[in-house]
Amino acid sequence: MKKENSAGGTKYGMVIDLDKCTGCGVCTVACASENNVSVLYDESDKTRNINWLQVYMVTNGKKFPETQIAYIPRPCMQCDNPPCVPVCPATATDRDPNTRIVSQIYTRCIGCRYCMAACPYHARSFNWFDPSFPEGMDRYLSPEVSPRMRGVVEKCTFCHHRFMRAKAKAFSEGRRELEENEYIPACVEGCPVKAITFGDLDNPGHKVSKLIKSPDVFRLLKKLGTEPKVYYSTGKSWIRRMADNSLEGEFKQPNGQKPRE
Amino acid sequence: MDLALIPNGVRRCSLKTFAPWMLLWLALIAWGLVSALLCLYKGLNQTNMNHYFAFGLWIVFDLSVIALGAGAFFTGFLTHVIGKAFIPSCVEDLKAVINAAVVIGFICYSSAIAMLGVDIGQPIRGWFIFWHANVHSMLTEVSFCITVYLSVLTIEYLPIIFSNRKLKEIPEIDIFGNNLHHIVALFAAAGAFLSFFHQGSLGGMYGVLFGRPFAFREGLFIWPWTFFLFILSAIAAGPSFTMLCIWITQKVTGKELVKRSSFALLAKISGWLLTTYIILKIIDTISWAYGVVPRAGLSFMDFYREPYGLWLFIAEIGIFGIIPAIILITPRFREKDGLLIIGALMNVTGIVLNRFVFTIQTLAIPVMPFDKFMTYFPTWQEWGIAVGALGYGILLFSLSYRYLPLFPQEVELNPIAVSGNTAKDF
Repeated sequence: MKKENSAGGTKYGMVIDLDKCTGCGVCTVACASENNVSVLYDESDKTRNINWLQVYMVTNGKKFPETQIAYIPRPCMQCDNPPCVPVCPATATDRDPNTRIVSQIYTRCIGCRYCMAACPYHARSFNWFDPSFPEGMDRYLSPEVSPRMRGVVEKCTFCHHRFMRAKAKAFSEGRRELEENEYIPACVEGCPVKAITFGDLDNPGHKVSKLIKSPDVFRLLKKLGTEPKVYYSTGKSWIRRMADNSLEGEFKQPNGQKPRE
Repeated sequence: MDLALIPNGVRRCSLKTFAPWMLLWLALIAWGLVSALLCLYKGLNQTNMNHYFAFGLWIVFDLSVIALGAGAFFTGFLTHVIGKAFIPSCVEDLKAVINAAVVIGFICYSSAIAMLGVDIGQPIRGWFIFWHANVHSMLTEVSFCITVYLSVLTIEYLPIIFSNRKLKEIPEIDIFGNNLHHIVALFAAAGAFLSFFHQGSLGGMYGVLFGRPFAFREGLFIWPWTFFLFILSAIAAGPSFTMLCIWITQKVTGKELVKRSSFALLAKISGWLLTTYIILKIIDTISWAYGVVPRAGLSFMDFYREPYGLWLFIAEIGIFGIIPAIILITPRFREKDGLLIIGALMNVTGIVLNRFVFTIQTLAIPVMPFDKFMTYFPTWQEWGIAVGALGYGILLFSLSYRYLPLFPQEVELNPIAVSGNTAKDF
């Protein structure tokens, strides 16, 4: 790991501010249209539709008037210790040592779905059907992203093609490094309330590297050791409690803060 | 009509009786083929699997038949590899069942591989596992070993096929069959090596899932404890399954095909292995419940929700684990035919339950606290492929029994009387 960093690699990640997120779903739409995500004949089948970035609605479970709701957008966590990568028998998914982005090679995937069984975040979708797009929508497909065929697994790639595009532009201008906001995924760009901050987690000059030091920041299922590179931020302890499973009395506020409900 | 093909010194039913029996199993195979074609042509949307249940009935069935087919390699290992040197008194009893065990093993492995061919989303790319092999994946190890082991089983099956009366008349085949028979110990050893690894890797497949606390286990070096438990449970269930199949054949044909002492030996082997397995499984469960589970912030009962409730745990380890272990290791119990068969059946059921639990329950339990607990029920196409595999198994076993000398003791145990033959022929 250290070797990779010293070789000048980046560690792309994001912080999603749950207190800003309104659950509008623009990130999901931006993601789907950017990445040519196929539309199911029945999109109400949420256990089979293709969804790279799912927005979960959670509530504090209290009755009116104390009810509170929040939304948790869930892209691929781009784990630094990904449970999906070592299990793939055909090496169709890998973690890029330079960007630390977890890739998926659709033309190599055999569709065994072992990676889906390994991922506790349900960040991976299998193409149960042939890809289809409503009439007219096929004209808006992005030429930068290959549509996926039936029988393979797909997932969020942090819009890797955007990284390639930004890198090509930088190289053409004689630069080796990308500026902070030169490469951002479509969900980050689309969010109307700027709830998602994206950048190099290891670069002290990038905003994300400062944000992740905040006591309000946490990760999903941290105890499992997957080391996600998607962080969340909230000041509300009831939301934070939902980030991981905890035994009774185990959950503690970070840095001795008082719980804010 | 097919008298010339039937082995010397044994009696078989007429083709008129045999044909409808075959038709029944052919019908199941047809159901399986229709289902397979639908899945291959239209895709896996023909199943009830989804993003939550990435694995379903087929993986449960695959894991179960591979465990039950372990009778082939383990009996082969005992007979040909360690038999003469360490357990010479048992060799004769083992030789009486080895042919049947090999055929059962071949059926189990070939049907498992055929089902996997439908189960993967891109069957045409199946060979990518070998071409782009990821050596860190337990599934790669499983795929390599079961493919090679199926070839070993084919080589072990060939001498049995070549011992058919008509085939034996062809000198080349007879010599080839004899030659294969002489080196069978080599293949038995290779089969044992391959099987130990893939049975283990099937358990390892679940044990390495550190994102799924229900399945995750610590272990020794790269092997989680499930690796060793799956090997043990497979070799405990395999002989029981072989025994059950032979017992069913005896009941259907109305003949004694192997001596009682063979059953007693298989039951004893099964029983002691099952006892060892159940003790280790209980230790493993306790250490998991006090280690992996609380570290993931969960409690034991978080994993048992209806319909996959605590009853499943009690059934797997208690009813279908401890009870058959007691039945099979107690000489007084296993001497009684009824108890012996009940013990073997319970043993097999327990191991199938174990594979079910590791596949279905692992996927049913949400890991994210705000996620849903899911349930799953297979479609008729999924059942079709499983039932088709069953039909294929019974059909191939029936054909093997009818035309091949599957049971070396059959002639001795069922002498053909000059008149008044009392045995019901099949």
